[in-house]
Amino acid sequence: MSTVTTPVLEARNVTMRFGGLTAVRSVDFTVNAGEIVGLIGPNGAGKTTFFNCLTGLYVPTEGTVSYKGTVLPPKPHLVTQAGIARTFQNIRLFANMTVLENVLVGRHTRTKEGLWSALLRGPGFKKAEKASEERAMELLEFIGLEAKRDHLARNLPYGEQRKLEIARALASEPGLLLLDEPTAGMNPQETRATEELVFAIRDKGIAVLLIEHDMRFVFNLSDRVAVLVQGEKLVEGTSDVVQADERVIAAYLGEPFEGDPGASETAEVDAAEAQSTTSTKGEGQ
Amino acid sequence: MTDTTTRGLIPLPLAAARALLLAGGIATAASAFLAWTWTSEFPGDLTYTGYPGGLQWLTFIAGLLTTVFALAAYDVPGLRGLIPARNNAPLVLTALGGFGVTWYTVVSIAAELGGLANLEPGGWIAAIASLLPVIGAFALPEPRTSNTDALLKAYIAKPDNIPAPAPISPWVERAIITLATIVGLAVFTYGIDTEYGELFVGFLIVVVFAVWALHTAGLMDRFSRIVAHNRSFTLAMGFAAAIAFPFTQTDDHYANIGVNILIFGTVALGLNIVVGLAGLLDLGYVAFLGVGAYTAALVSGSEFSRFSGVHFPFWAAALAGAAASLIFGVLIGAPTLRLRGDYLAIVTLGFGEIFRIAVNNMDGESGPDITNGPNGIPSIPDLNFFGFNLGQAHDIAGFTIGRFANYYLLMVLIMAIVVLVYTRAADSRIGRSWIAIREDETAATAMGINGFRVKLIAFALGAALAGLAGTVSAHVTYSVVPTPYQFAGSTPPNSAFLLAAVVLGGMGTVAGPILGAALLYLLPEKLVFLQDKSLLAFGIALILLMRFRPEGIIANRRRQLEFHETGQLDVPETTTLTGEPAAVTKAGA
Repeated sequence: MSTVTTPVLEARNVTMRFGGLTAVRSVDFTVNAGEIVGLIGPNGAGKTTFFNCLTGLYVPTEGTVSYKGTVLPPKPHLVTQAGIARTFQNIRLFANMTVLENVLVGRHTRTKEGLWSALLRGPGFKKAEKASEERAMELLEFIGLEAKRDHLARNLPYGEQRKLEIARALASEPGLLLLDEPTAGMNPQETRATEELVFAIRDKGIAVLLIEHDMRFVFNLSDRVAVLVQGEKLVEGTSDVVQADERVIAAYLGEPFEGDPGASETAEVDAAEAQSTTSTKGEGQ
Repeated sequence: MTDTTTRGLIPLPLAAARALLLAGGIATAASAFLAWTWTSEFPGDLTYTGYPGGLQWLTFIAGLLTTVFALAAYDVPGLRGLIPARNNAPLVLTALGGFGVTWYTVVSIAAELGGLANLEPGGWIAAIASLLPVIGAFALPEPRTSNTDALLKAYIAKPDNIPAPAPISPWVERAIITLATIVGLAVFTYGIDTEYGELFVGFLIVVVFAVWALHTAGLMDRFSRIVAHNRSFTLAMGFAAAIAFPFTQTDDHYANIGVNILIFGTVALGLNIVVGLAGLLDLGYVAFLGVGAYTAALVSGSEFSRFSGVHFPFWAAALAGAAASLIFGVLIGAPTLRLRGDYLAIVTLGFGEIFRIAVNNMDGESGPDITNGPNGIPSIPDLNFFGFNLGQAHDIAGFTIGRFANYYLLMVLIMAIVVLVYTRAADSRIGRSWIAIREDETAATAMGINGFRVKLIAFALGAALAGLAGTVSAHVTYSVVPTPYQFAGSTPPNSAFLLAAVVLGGMGTVAGPILGAALLYLLPEKLVFLQDKSLLAFGIALILLMRFRPEGIIANRRRQLEFHETGQLDVPETTTLTGEPAAVTKAGA
């Protein structure tokens, strides 16, 4: 690992407002090359909203997100093309495609063959398809699903679906991988396996940013942990620093803290988010 | 095993049930040789003893099928392989098919001629004979069930686990494909050539039950496995059969039906890219067929065309038609494809109607003088390839190939191109991104797919293919008028029928939309006696099919799993590490 800390992802003053509600407020955030960074916070703190701002699903009301020094346009496919890949909190695989096809779709930005090439089937097309398949199979071997390449994604057990989603994200050859609750619903063994997987991904030179509720998992993995409460970054630092911080404990244990991020606020954020999602559906592409 | 778990629906010993099946099957087939009615007023002339006519042939075939399956159930050597699943369903279904067609005939005779008195003793014998195998079939013990409801289902179910077949040599496989192609061509030709509605209904009854029986027997699975081994051979045989069709016809009228089915099927296949692969509900698709047809009509040298001096050769007219449709598709797609789901459906419906109304009004009075308004563009000249005039009948190797047969052969070529475009596009990077968009658009864009661009390509490609078909259709029908290009009507093609052909046949497959198009074209064409009730009957049939087989007649592997949750893991039959990647149309081609 390099000792020079070059930032991969830099979020500057990112603010996301849904109507009158501010879900993410002026967050500055950096992920350096080769780092694993955890993002934690109580439910409704704006973690996933922040993720969506980073990946272009939401257009931040204010602020910019840049990847390796270039400001990212707020379009999901351009963000992926730039080199940020993500998984989703509730698994969003292409359920009726095979395992291999799912990973091949992840290769989309790294391949170029268009319609003409597909129709004419020149030697270039066959070569590219073969190369894509080989790369996809490497990834399937990496996560240990190579034997199930022709199974439909929907028929995989839950834990394997999570893994496949990670493989699909890795297929776009990212420099930064965003994992949204990668161990949600997993048993302790599966969680440990995921831990190994995340380390292995970091060892490939890919920086990882993860949202997680499993504290042991986060503090084991992360070089740095940032805590988001009520849309604001509360603390950022190493595991020890964050674990010792009284404000974090207060935020999690529910002690009144600057107006208590309680259930009502959470519901408000959710409702506003939901509303915004439906209203942006029409213009989103 | 307890007594209740092995009982049949009708309490008879196993030996008696089997004997009933065999004897009943033979008796049904034999009864076709009797006279069923006294007058030749009923179509097909069922008055002869010793020679079957019309519907009696269908009874004969159904009886024969029952007999063969009954012998297979007796483990007669050589026939044993006919029921690899070792279940009762094929027996039940063939027995029901024979019963259905015979009783349909007998009841039709009584109803049309006015009373049971019109039945000769032969008719009564046939009715009773065809009932015997049904009784026998439902007396067969069904071990898997306990209550009556599940029992009935078990009688027509295909078991999940069918023993793997012994490997057969590639030459035998090819022989089987060839034989299946010949039988398929014969069945299809018979269906198109049925001269009266009753015969077509009887034909449908026999075919539906026979195919269903073959499916439940596990033979269809076997066959698709063989096809998977010989993909290009099967494709070649398919097109050989398609080319052979006009040579089997003596009357150019049936070639006309053939060419219309092909045009309809080609457009349905184009729509399948948009609906089946990319998941975009397009309710105005027929407009693209119209654009192609009008473009071809305008530039092909019709004296009534606005550009009557222009006479493009066919290839140029076809390209112009496809290009015009493509441009029209992009123009409509660019603003609308940003919408999702329902919104897109409504907007495309609107654009489809706008096309028809615009064409109706561009007559020089309400609008610019381009399309001649409701009168359309008549007298489009026939095509002429290197002195071969498609408008005239030609004698080829002793066969007379009429005008429509010429166009039919041209259309086979066009369809071959469209099938090639479809399969190649589906099994590629772009095809995968279409399916990804259909499955989950948000996840697809997060994987780096430019959703708008990819959807626009699907839309434009589908439009271009429809336009291509439209250029031929303009020549076939001599004239283009605005009326066929509407959203819904009682005759194809219209947008509703096109969509129905895709959904009915099986979304995302190649054979599905073509089969759906053939059915939807033939039903209104053949069942003229339904008259104004044909749309009602069509609607009922569609509802029933969607209730019991939502994935369509020919199921895509994915859809099959989507609609029938078995709880089983989908373990692929062959895990090829070196072979071609799992094709998108694996179950479809």
